[in-house]
Amino acid sequence: MTNDNTLISVQDLKVYFRSGHECARAVDGISFEIRQEETVCLVGESGCGKTVSALSILGLIQTPPGEIAGGQIMFQGKNLLELDEEDMQKIRGNRIAMVFQEPLTSLNPVFTIEDQIGEAISIHKNIGSGELRDCCIKLLKDVGIPSPVQRLKDYPHQLSGGQRQRVMIAMALACDPDLIIADEPTTALDVTVQAQILQLLKSIQETRSMSILYITHDLGVVANIAHRVYVMYSGIVTEQGNAAQIFHHARHPYTQGLLASLPSRSKRGKRLFSIPGTVPNPAYKPAGCPFHPRCPHAIPICGKEYPKMCDYGQAHLARCPVLFKNSHNPDKPEPKSI
Amino acid sequence: MESKSKDKQMILRVQNLKKYFPIRRGFFQKIAGWVKAVDDVSFEIEQGKTLGLVGESGCGKTTVARLILKLLEPDNGKIIFRGIDIGELTEKEMKPLRKKIQIVFQDPFGSLNPRMTTGLSIEEGLRILGIKRGKKRKERLEKLLKMVGMSPESADRYPHEFSGGQRQRICIARALSVDPSLVVCDEPISALDVSIQAQIINLLKDLQDRLGLSYLFISHDLNVVSYLCSTISVMYKGQIMESAPAEELFENPRHPYTLSLISAIPDPAPGLRRKIEILEPDLSDSLITSKGCRFQGRCPMEEPRCLEEEISFEKVGEKHFVRCWKAAKK
Ligand SMILES: Nc1ncnc2c1ncn2[C@@H]1O[C@H](COP(=O)(O)OP(=O)(O)OP(=O)(O)O)[C@@H](O)[C@H]1O
Ligand SMILES: Nc1ncnc2c1ncn2[C@@H]1O[C@H](COP(=O)(O)OP(=O)(O)OP(=O)(O)O)[C@@H](O)[C@H]1O
Ligand code: SF4
Ligand code: SF4
Ligand SMILES: [Mg+2]
Ligand SMILES: [Mg+2]
Repeated sequence: MTNDNTLISVQDLKVYFRSGHECARAVDGISFEIRQEETVCLVGESGCGKTVSALSILGLIQTPPGEIAGGQIMFQGKNLLELDEEDMQKIRGNRIAMVFQEPLTSLNPVFTIEDQIGEAISIHKNIGSGELRDCCIKLLKDVGIPSPVQRLKDYPHQLSGGQRQRVMIAMALACDPDLIIADEPTTALDVTVQAQILQLLKSIQETRSMSILYITHDLGVVANIAHRVYVMYSGIVTEQGNAAQIFHHARHPYTQGLLASLPSRSKRGKRLFSIPGTVPNPAYKPAGCPFHPRCPHAIPICGKEYPKMCDYGQAHLARCPVLFKNSHNPDKPEPKSI
Repeated sequence: MESKSKDKQMILRVQNLKKYFPIRRGFFQKIAGWVKAVDDVSFEIEQGKTLGLVGESGCGKTTVARLILKLLEPDNGKIIFRGIDIGELTEKEMKPLRKKIQIVFQDPFGSLNPRMTTGLSIEEGLRILGIKRGKKRKERLEKLLKMVGMSPESADRYPHEFSGGQRQRICIARALSVDPSLVVCDEPISALDVSIQAQIINLLKDLQDRLGLSYLFISHDLNVVSYLCSTISVMYKGQIMESAPAEELFENPRHPYTLSLISAIPDPAPGLRRKIEILEPDLSDSLITSKGCRFQGRCPMEEPRCLEEEISFEKVGEKHFVRCWKAAKK
């Protein structure tokens, strides 16, 4: 599966959280890979394990209560899960940078923008203060902050939400990383500002030829920026493929349900499809396929056997043997996307 | 707009509504300026229909909602509910009308009392209606729970025992308990998971069909609004920039702000990795602008005239209004 231009490959990663007698299997054996110059989206609903997966890559899972229960994360020939803190720090912010959901909580309120971007640069580069300042200005320009020279002396609270997110991106770019992990960077922003940030990420990705791991629950955003998509449900990957495969030929009942439940103008007057029930608690996951209590296609075996990944060709995979079998059985009609 | 007969179909008419908040500075807290949160806002909601109010964060949507519910006093303007100007009413005269306008908030976690069971939260409304404790009240409570898709047993449980979507159902049941005719929904699904959003949208639609409810639906998500609403008003920095029947607004948008909003809709359907028209970032001091069009500085069509005069809200088609002199001329 791994081909030559793979930048990072996460294999069968398991991350559990223990408290008392409970064990929450937040990430329960997920595998994904990101190639060079590729934007990959992890998409799924709240609590499905997106952030935990991202934090694992950066070695930021607190243990305890967290525990890496298995798997490996291969990056440039090394298994990140086996690195010590010192080596991990060299990768963090240097080769892999992260942009968080809430820029206000991740920017330090008592330091100016110049201080913060400057620090991000000087961790990895040893340069004089004049040159450092020029670097800051250039980065602010790159991320589209107007009048960057004046902005250098501003504090985070003096910027708008969209501008703060741009500063976060500037900090992530400071050391020219190979991979940027963006965890819901536009969730707190307006549609118009969101569109600006997405455009910015796209152009950065193209001009600097880096890879982006973009985490979101918003399928609209995914359609906008993703080359490839991994759909997550309850700590596992349920479907993966390129954007066209996922949006036009979804093969997993959960993906199909999500797409069908999105409101849009073309569905006016029609009742929205809605997936019944709720997402399972990661400490009490149903046996077998975690989606089976909500799945319209479930058959008895779904409650017993953990479903295999099924290959639809051209790197389009879905973890639902039931639909896979139907699609290969000439007596039954091709499973329609709902 | 003026005729009396029209008042009957219009459940709510808002005319030239205005609310400024003072910005206080210095030791003596002198007023240094005004946040024009709501500035000359007018719209109407037809009986049994849904008006969508969209706009970016801080443009004044929630302030409009609070004015309609009389949680805030307007500085100017009229709120006419079923032909009655509620601004003129005393607190006592207002009381029977209060029940008729209810609200459902964005945050289903903050808006329920954590120490009250679901049943008690909902029963508060029934008590106000004068339904005495007893069999009748219990029946009514069960009926309300059923209406929002919850089991009767939920009545004895506390908010923390429910998921976000279930809590939003409880908030809706509570709003419905007093038999309202207008429900203001202030971002009711924004905090919910994708798969739960559709459940709540369907519920709101079912209830509208069954009970003839009218909604003011506040949202920043144009996909949701385009699905749900009969009329849409686009708000920007305290003013309505454009208002039209939903189909018309999407087929024939006039205002440059509406255009940029529509082109920024993240659309999961056809175009993948499509180019979008990007609005320049907002650099002005948001709501404290002085003269001229509120969209100045971000508008691609701007001309000197835009900075000098107040722009009026002009009719450009059947139920279609726009606040841009250039767009109105086209
Ligand atoms: N420090 C922790 N202690 C205990 N449980 C945790 C911890 N961090 C995460 N979890 C659990 O792991 C699961 C996955 O969480 P994660 O934050 O990865 O979700 P997510 O997909 O990022 O969701 P969201 O969209 O809400 O951000 C959740 O059920 C969460 O409760
Ligand atoms: N009580 C108040 N005192 C002073 N300013 C206020 C008050 N209430 C609201 N504002 C200001 O009025 C403006 C409009 O706020 P409002 O909450 O109505 O926006 P909104 O459109 O609902 O935004 P959001 O989408 O973020 O909920 C904001 O600038 C806000 O800071
Ligand atoms: S394996 Fe069974 S329960 Fe799971 S998605 Fe497929 S049909 Fe549904
Ligand atoms: S009035 Fe002028 S600035 Fe305002 S929207 Fe129209 S063209 Fe743009
Ligand atoms: Mg998260
Ligand atoms: Mg609001």
